[in-house]
Amino acid sequence: MSPATILTVLLIFSSVAYYLGRKRAFAVAGKAGGIRYLHSRPTYYGALTALWCGIPALLLFGLWLALEDKIITNLVVSGLPEAIRTLPENRLNLVVNDIKNLVNGNVVAGAVTATIQEAAVHYRNLKATSNAALAVGVFSLGIVATAVIRSKISSTLRARNLVEQLIEYFLIACSCLAILTTIGIILSVLFEAIRFFKAVPLTDFLFGLEWSPQMAIRADQVGSSGAFGAIPVLSGTLMISAIAMLVAVPIGLMSAIYLAEYANRRFRDIAKPLLEILAGIPTVVYGFFAAITVAPFVRRLGFTLGLDVSSESALAAGLVMGIMIIPFVSSLSDDVINAVPQALRDGAYSLGATRSETIKQVVLPAALPGIVGSILLAVSRAIGETMIVVMAAGLAANLTLNPFKTVTTVTVQIVTLLIGDQEFDSPKTLAAFALGLLLFVVTLLLNVIALHVVRRYREQYE
Amino acid sequence: MNKDDSKANKKVEKRTIDIVHQGLAKRYRAEGRFKFYGLAAIVMSLLCLAILFISIVGNGYKAFRQTYVELEVFFDPAILDHENLSAANYSGLVKSTLRKMFPEVKGRSEKRELYKLVSPGAAFQLRKMVLKDPEIIGRSISVWVPADDDVDMLIKGYFSTDAAENARRLSDKQLAWIEQLREQGKVKKKFNTTFFTAGDSREPELAGIWGAAVGSFFALLVTLLLSFPIGVAAAVYLEEFAPKNRWTDLIEVNINNLAAVPSIVFGLLGLAVFLNFFGFPRSAPLVGGMVLSLMTLPIIIIASRAALQSVPPSIREGALGVGASKMQMVVHHVLPLALPGMLTGTIIGMARALGETAPLLMIGMVAFIVDIPRGFTDPATVLPVQIYLWADSPERAFVERTSAAIMVLLAFLMLMNAAAIVLRKKFEKRW
Repeated sequence: MSPATILTVLLIFSSVAYYLGRKRAFAVAGKAGGIRYLHSRPTYYGALTALWCGIPALLLFGLWLALEDKIITNLVVSGLPEAIRTLPENRLNLVVNDIKNLVNGNVVAGAVTATIQEAAVHYRNLKATSNAALAVGVFSLGIVATAVIRSKISSTLRARNLVEQLIEYFLIACSCLAILTTIGIILSVLFEAIRFFKAVPLTDFLFGLEWSPQMAIRADQVGSSGAFGAIPVLSGTLMISAIAMLVAVPIGLMSAIYLAEYANRRFRDIAKPLLEILAGIPTVVYGFFAAITVAPFVRRLGFTLGLDVSSESALAAGLVMGIMIIPFVSSLSDDVINAVPQALRDGAYSLGATRSETIKQVVLPAALPGIVGSILLAVSRAIGETMIVVMAAGLAANLTLNPFKTVTTVTVQIVTLLIGDQEFDSPKTLAAFALGLLLFVVTLLLNVIALHVVRRYREQYE
Repeated sequence: MNKDDSKANKKVEKRTIDIVHQGLAKRYRAEGRFKFYGLAAIVMSLLCLAILFISIVGNGYKAFRQTYVELEVFFDPAILDHENLSAANYSGLVKSTLRKMFPEVKGRSEKRELYKLVSPGAAFQLRKMVLKDPEIIGRSISVWVPADDDVDMLIKGYFSTDAAENARRLSDKQLAWIEQLREQGKVKKKFNTTFFTAGDSREPELAGIWGAAVGSFFALLVTLLLSFPIGVAAAVYLEEFAPKNRWTDLIEVNINNLAAVPSIVFGLLGLAVFLNFFGFPRSAPLVGGMVLSLMTLPIIIIASRAALQSVPPSIREGALGVGASKMQMVVHHVLPLALPGMLTGTIIGMARALGETAPLLMIGMVAFIVDIPRGFTDPATVLPVQIYLWADSPERAFVERTSAAIMVLLAFLMLMNAAAIVLRKKFEKRW
């Protein structure tokens, strides 16, 4: 029986259990003098029985599948001849892989010897036994649990409370997933980063001025010793983000002001969704746009002005990223400006201020914390943006302030280091996780500050 | 003295109003300028949007048509061995047909140039025809086969023929042959069905988006199945059941932060946890969907909570008042009313997931995959990643196809967002 069939059968068992439980409840109620003497409605008894049938069996199923492979592999390995068992670990792994491939009918890398053939048969037998045992275990557990709970059904059993309690546990588990995700991110990035910092000292990483992650695979290779100074990568990230913000902040802020203060309803209803389309376009599309349209345009423009512009200039990537971020700035600032109480504006008008004076001297100062928060969120978005820079910015880690030159960013380096085959013992691969840690910490700080500022601001006027 | 005083008074009065009047024109001009800046900002961003769309459509609209060449193929029994039809030399068949069409072509290099006019896919097409109907062996049939991508680009007018011969992808001789074929009416542009039915290929004229679309579908299905129930459950707990304490505060802050974590970090999580720790297969839509669902969860939770908040408390009180338990109140009364809002949020989250690229690069969905995936664990790629892969290809024809694939992706996104808007408009209730 394959695991999928076991699950399906278990599902059928649960539904049967539901009806058994419900029937039992009716029977009990009949004895007690009608349904009204039951503590809960009969469906709750059914649901309780179904849950009792399903949940322990499912737990067993999951546990079994998680451990099955390891146990069978160990059994097979212990059955191998002495000569193979005492091989070094990585060679042994190859043999085990061969056996597994043989079992699954895949192409086998090494030669198929009689021992391996034998081991494969052994493996297959064990697997079949294990599957059969799993099926028996799961089903009998389901049946036993059903029988136990069925015998407990009485008119005083608080079935509804029990079922609702179980559902609430499920709800709690779901909401804790957010915390689990955060912990998962931190742990996964942190572990590999710590391994990286064992090979490359933290100070070298944070303050080094050279980034060239190519490592020599063999000791006698020339020229690629690997340098992991993050400063050029960081400066590139900051430069592209700064260009993006130079585009996005003025345009986004002015759009928000116009939409909130000047535009009539009809204009607002049309322009706002159109602006938000900009936020909905996938970043890979922006990347393509930057690489195919904007970068050649910037290059030609620079050429006519007599400037030497690289074809993967920071300027092109930054400009397009700025366009992408406009709606983030504008919609958040729009909300913030709308939240400023009308009384403040009315006061300014009554003193004879024009609209723009009111905006500049009353509304904006009042909305400033919120606007700063929205800009910080936009900065964090710009720093973490990946596809635009992967497609339009370069790989060369130049430490420069010239926006016409190629620079690289943290995200570009993570992508290039991790695409393709990875060896998880080389600092080159681990460096990506160190950069990821850096990225996560920086954006997290920005987000926390921004969310805090925005929250405080909202509370001020509520 | 008195006179002087009144004069001074008059002067002061006049000066106040004067100052106001003097400054007024300037202030109105400033007002006009400020208003203009605001309008200009909006116009500018909409202009950027327009340029983006024009550039994509302008680059890509021609990809929906593909150049085909008509070949008069004689299915030569000498080449097509009846014993082993699937392994016969079909490219030889294409070559002999071309040689017959241009008998004047002699010499190895010239012949090789001639063969380059039609796509390598022509041989597969003939093979398919023969396998479908072996009766055609021995007969002569005219077949439209896809032209090579360079020919396609020439017919679509992307190459200027003025350049020096060695600076062009097509030689003078090839140009003459194409011209000859055109005069005979043997070159035609037809609707490009390959683009919608094929998987990826190194040859632009054989490459299609179907494989990527199927991969996207599987990944999104996993995302939906995971993130919708979990997201709704989490929102219900936080909104209806959770006590206000430090723990729930922590969860809230966490969710808000996760919504702003760079997507690539989720890719790192997927690589380290799903692939390396749990040993899930690389390049699989299953893992892609799991990573995407972690990303869409915060979006769905935030939208669902907003939907729950918009259900008025009187509904809850009414249900509790007639003796429903808290869970019954939520499941029977609050959830049905909040569901449209939750679905809207889910669709928007799905649209985001459909356009997401970076985290999928981390878990190996960038592999070159020709086959159409058939399950959740088959190696696959998704639409945005396919766009990224094609954008990296040097052939001119791939620029066109990348833009076309973007158009397809954007069409899907618009469809999803339109569905969300319709849903919202239809079920929006003001209490």
